[in-house]
Amino acid sequence: MKRQVWITLALLALLAVFPLLTAATGQPFLRDVANRVMILGLAAVSLNFILGYGGLVSFGHAAFIGLGGYAVGILASHGVTAGPAQLAAAVTLSAIFAGVTGLLALKTRGVHFIMITMAFAQMAYYGLRALKAYGGDDGLPIRRRSDFGLFTLADGLTLYYVSFAALALGMLLVHRLSGSRFGLVLAAARDNERRVIASGLDPFRFQLAAYVIAGAMAGVGGFLLANFAGFISPAVGDWTRSAQLMFMVILGGAATLAGPLIGAVVYLALEEILSRFTTYWQFFFGAILLGYVLLLRGGIWREVMDRLSPRKRAA
Amino acid sequence: MNATLFAIQLVNGLQFGMMLFLFAAGLTLVFGIMDVVNLSHASFFMVGAYAGSALAKATGSFWMALPLALVVTALVALLVEAVVMRRLYRLNHLDHVLATFGLILMFDAGFLWWFGPDGLQINLPTALRGRTSLGFVDIPTYRLLFIGIGLVVALGLSLLIARTRLGMLVRAAASDRQTAELMGIEPKRVFMIVFVLGSMLAGLAGMLLTGITEASVGMGEEVIIVAFVVIVIGGIGSLKGAFIASLIVGLIDTFGRTYLGDVFRLVMQPAIADGAAPAVASMLTYLTMALVLALKPQGLFPPVTR
Repeated sequence: MKRQVWITLALLALLAVFPLLTAATGQPFLRDVANRVMILGLAAVSLNFILGYGGLVSFGHAAFIGLGGYAVGILASHGVTAGPAQLAAAVTLSAIFAGVTGLLALKTRGVHFIMITMAFAQMAYYGLRALKAYGGDDGLPIRRRSDFGLFTLADGLTLYYVSFAALALGMLLVHRLSGSRFGLVLAAARDNERRVIASGLDPFRFQLAAYVIAGAMAGVGGFLLANFAGFISPAVGDWTRSAQLMFMVILGGAATLAGPLIGAVVYLALEEILSRFTTYWQFFFGAILLGYVLLLRGGIWREVMDRLSPRKRAA
Repeated sequence: MNATLFAIQLVNGLQFGMMLFLFAAGLTLVFGIMDVVNLSHASFFMVGAYAGSALAKATGSFWMALPLALVVTALVALLVEAVVMRRLYRLNHLDHVLATFGLILMFDAGFLWWFGPDGLQINLPTALRGRTSLGFVDIPTYRLLFIGIGLVVALGLSLLIARTRLGMLVRAAASDRQTAELMGIEPKRVFMIVFVLGSMLAGLAGMLLTGITEASVGMGEEVIIVAFVVIVIGGIGSLKGAFIASLIVGLIDTFGRTYLGDVFRLVMQPAIADGAAPAVASMLTYLTMALVLALKPQGLFPPVTR
């Protein structure tokens, strides 16, 4: 655990000085990449809270990002650009959606839970697509960014550090929660739900609370993403985006503090690099995913290592 | 209410339901029997669609292309089963999701590279392009064929599961894998057959749909979510559940899109009704799922556990 904290602090320190580096090297676009890493990283951190610590394979996390983003877009289109109001709306909307869908989805387990979270996310996606007054399929441009009085998110550097603060706070929250009594019950329910029930606790209430917290955090991610892109569209909540978030969490290491952030870094770096070489970069992405599961999780890697060093196998 | 419109929408809804059934049948068997979450089912839907339209173009015959496309889908499924699925059975659901999502990405990018971004259409034989009169209303012949094929497959599958030796093995492996193994059944072979059969059904659904729309990259990804809804409503692993839920979802979705606006107009101002109806209509299937979950979390036909 100690090591995780150090890695996290090092990563955050690097992100804190990153704009200085990009300015010095004359590569300002890299700051945008890092900003995206932090926003999606926040969403991945929130997913890790339920998926990693809670063991709930939620497959609809991108919906919360979409809802958070639309809270900004819809309010802005009506002239409400006050940051606090938009942020409150983003958090409330995604938390309510998480609460209502979680209430139903968390009654089930396993394959059921995966399919139901996915289906509810798709429901949000279709709901957003049907909002003809707010751009429908094409999405909604956000002409004026969130205004916090002292500062606005129209400035790229300001947005960068607001995203940084959100990510750091999010990670702190998950870190503290996962070590608290609440987090222990959550992890215990992941490992053995029956024993938790036998101890007189109701895992459902803890899981629902975790689901709502994670949803609200991803909603903040949506709030930031809308400000970052100056645009929000239903595609943000598509289920393939949920799969990407899941990929980040697993890639970096589920149920670890730094894992989701590392996953977001690796994922977006891979995307940047691969997409430069070929239009069909997703093929290689898929191959990496498949290879990861088959080689590392499926034990092929271990088999090969065993063959290479037969002595170890005997031990 | 206009009777002609109603009849046409009824046929459309049934046809959509049949497509969902063809898609969901394989998926629910794979879930129920192997406990594997197989997102790449969506890819086999696409494989069947592309194979069907490409082969129809090559052979010049829809009827030749249909069985050939199924063979192609089966071969691809065999390959995927041997290389990937076989290794996934003993892993957890999260691993299934990641690996089969990886497969989707590979299939999509591969097909985009091979066939390009434009969709592929299929030339239907003249006999299928027209309409068939049902007395008071003319229905597109192809949709009737679609429904007919769906019914035949449903009947065939239920006989296969209920009456044949293979069906018995499938039921045995599904209800208690360990005991089945002890009785000398090789679940691996049963799984392989079920996987290939399920993938062929998805391919058939994809190819048949191509006769109405077109084959396009990623076409299965929207259908698979609706198929999940069908499976959740019907109960995992239940063919009967999948059949009934497919028809329910197909009809609710189609009628919702047609008539919800009229219903809303009864209780609200036209402007609001016209704005709200499409949004609610597109969410109707999911709201149905939510309702079923609230009442029967295991679905309408839950798996029998002892």
